[in-house]
Amino acid sequence: MNTWDNNPVLKVEHLTMRFGGLTAINDLSFNVGRGDITALIGPNGAGKTTVFNCITGFYKPTEGRLVMNRSSDEKHLLERMSDFKITADAKVARTFQNIRLFGGMTILENLMVAQHNRLMIASNWTIGGLLGLGGYRKSNLDAIETARYWLERIELIDRADAPAADLSYGDQRRLEIARAMCTGPELLCLDEPAAGLNPKESLELNNLLQYIRKEHDTSVVLIEHDMSVVMEISDHVVVLDYGVKISDGTPEFVKNDPHVIAAYLGVEDGEVELVEEEVGL
Amino acid sequence: MQARQRDSLLVASLKDSLGAAVITFALAVVMVGLRVDVASGRGAELFLENRWLAVAVAVVVVFAGRFAMNIFFWKRDDPPSLNFSGLLPEGGIGERSSKAIKYGLLVLAVVLPFALMFWLGARGSRQYIDLAILVLTYVMLGWGLNIVVGLAGLLDLGYVAFYAVGAYSYALLAHYFGLSFWLCLPLAGILAAFWGIILGFPVLRLRGDYLAIVTLAFGEIIRVVLLNWYEFTGGPNGLSGIPRPSFFGLEFTRGEGGFANFFGLDYSSIHRIIFLYYLIFALALFTNFVTMRLRRMPIGRAWEALREDEIACRALGINTTTTKLTAFALGAMFAGFAGSFFATRQGFISPESFTFLESAIILAIVVLGGLGSQIGVVIAAIVMIGGFELFREFDQYRMLVFGMIMVVIMVWKPRGLISSRTPSVALSKNVKGISADLVQEGRG
Ligand SMILES: Nc1ncnc2c1ncn2[C@@H]1O[C@H](COP(=O)(O)OP(=O)(O)OP(=O)(O)O)[C@@H](O)[C@H]1O
Ligand SMILES: [Mg+2]
Repeated sequence: MNTWDNNPVLKVEHLTMRFGGLTAINDLSFNVGRGDITALIGPNGAGKTTVFNCITGFYKPTEGRLVMNRSSDEKHLLERMSDFKITADAKVARTFQNIRLFGGMTILENLMVAQHNRLMIASNWTIGGLLGLGGYRKSNLDAIETARYWLERIELIDRADAPAADLSYGDQRRLEIARAMCTGPELLCLDEPAAGLNPKESLELNNLLQYIRKEHDTSVVLIEHDMSVVMEISDHVVVLDYGVKISDGTPEFVKNDPHVIAAYLGVEDGEVELVEEEVGL
Repeated sequence: MQARQRDSLLVASLKDSLGAAVITFALAVVMVGLRVDVASGRGAELFLENRWLAVAVAVVVVFAGRFAMNIFFWKRDDPPSLNFSGLLPEGGIGERSSKAIKYGLLVLAVVLPFALMFWLGARGSRQYIDLAILVLTYVMLGWGLNIVVGLAGLLDLGYVAFYAVGAYSYALLAHYFGLSFWLCLPLAGILAAFWGIILGFPVLRLRGDYLAIVTLAFGEIIRVVLLNWYEFTGGPNGLSGIPRPSFFGLEFTRGEGGFANFFGLDYSSIHRIIFLYYLIFALALFTNFVTMRLRRMPIGRAWEALREDEIACRALGINTTTTKLTAFALGAMFAGFAGSFFATRQGFISPESFTFLESAIILAIVVLGGLGSQIGVVIAAIVMIGGFELFREFDQYRMLVFGMIMVVIMVWKPRGLISSRTPSVALSKNVKGISADLVQEGRG
């Protein structure tokens, strides 16, 4: 048996999301295995981002259940929680398809904001911190240390005090991932992290994801268009088309699934072989 | 070639200016040239007065002005305005000079009353110390509003409501329960913060323009309530006889047991003025101190993050509602402090002091100073309030000049006088400020 059925960190059950007359996701069920890198793929407009928005509480699903199994055996029903609680309590963090950094704040500050909840408690909801009481100073230093750790990982330590908006595209993508990691997530949802990256940056991203998976108890779900990236790093692939799951399995399985190739390349099943040759799959 | 070009520049300018003059003439003939008046003496008969001279002046002014602008700027290939930007310091006022300004102003503020007394004597300096108190009150209000607008990015057009709550809290508590200023000062702050939360709770779901409109409405509601709840607040008559503050129990009165008597000074009414000056100075510094501390704390960083991108904040597990509420409540609290100070200084308050214009002035101070910049607020308050009061003689032209200054500042520096943001935390020792172009203004 595979991890995702054996030991799922997230179970998506019969998820449906309608916008007025448009059904963006239709009765979608899949599991995300603990410790896996799971890829969610599909053509443009398939509903991938919508799935993320449902998982992270930005949209309330029309129907369905989203169960988050924390490693502490706590269960959270995500569809009932508000967005910030999902990150704070259920430990699901995300990045955005169109990068959302705090551009006018420094890179270090971006990572400090991500540790807000922990620091708020340490500062006794600001009052203790304001009076200079007890543990706040230490927690603050710890938070800076955590930020420094991630900055070294994403190789931005030299630019820690530069505004985030000044970074190159690839650096911004990695910073957004580091920022999400600073919330201490058990599930990390990345919306097209490799979009717009050059091959070198793409490689750095792969390394970062592998590192996160290996060194932290964080499972990763990522949306990706680039098949080669998907095949290389993911343990499990779920394929969406028009809001419906058309394939689900190992990269090997999905790669050879004619439904997938047909949907993904937008051709009839018969022409698949031909196009495959062209793209070099 | 050169001559031809000059010629066509002249001709083009003339053409354009003539066009403008014709339009001005057409408009001015009816709007300026003809005037209906009620004849005095001959009953209430209407008659038409004509003012052709005024029309001629308007046309000539427009023609000449337009012609000059055309010749020197608009139709020229190398307008001198290109060089204007070179005259201004790069990136506005630099880090170092901003620091120098800060300490310079601080020292100036500390010695100001005594320096004025020294030069102008007790009688002559009174008016200026009064003005300084007014400026400091606006500095404090500006700093308070800066938390809401500058840091958290919530556009609040009804800030004066909390100023009113503070003022009325003190006045009413003193009136009905005889509580002293020093007891009422924190109470007024707490009550204002409380109202900040009450009003903020429904309002903060709204964003941007909607938030601005609703805060404006709430500001007016508070004023209208104060105006109409006659039995309790005195309505339009306001409340008078508000007790003056004491100096550790010493009243500023003539004779036995007063401040002057205790310290063996000759009684002078200037003592109280100077005391009030240092009181508002201390309150303002307190506001600044708390704000600057908070900026370096998680809550302050969350405010700024909220201004930058609310959705990203939610994705990081930040409860945006409570974060906004704390900004709103804290800003309101400082307005409450300032309000109770206002009440004790004036000894009389009425709803007239808390109109929308006040909110607009405070907001203008924050925006002109540079959103989020503490020192910018000080400079803007000095320029606006100080300038406004100093030119009281010019009466009707005052508003005009005031408006012009605001337009000029906003054209020259759209992001306010001091527009760079200092990072709240840094790894390296000397960090550079962040240029305002990168900093978001917040969408509510
Ligand atoms: N808030 C919304 N209101 C209405 N329709 C929406 C909304 N969000 C998404 N949709 C629709 O749902 C469908 C799926 O959109 P989604 O953004 O999830 O696609 P995607 O798979 O992420 O595509 P892409 O690869 O382009 O990012 C689209 O048809 C989109 O127009
Ligand atoms: Mg998408």
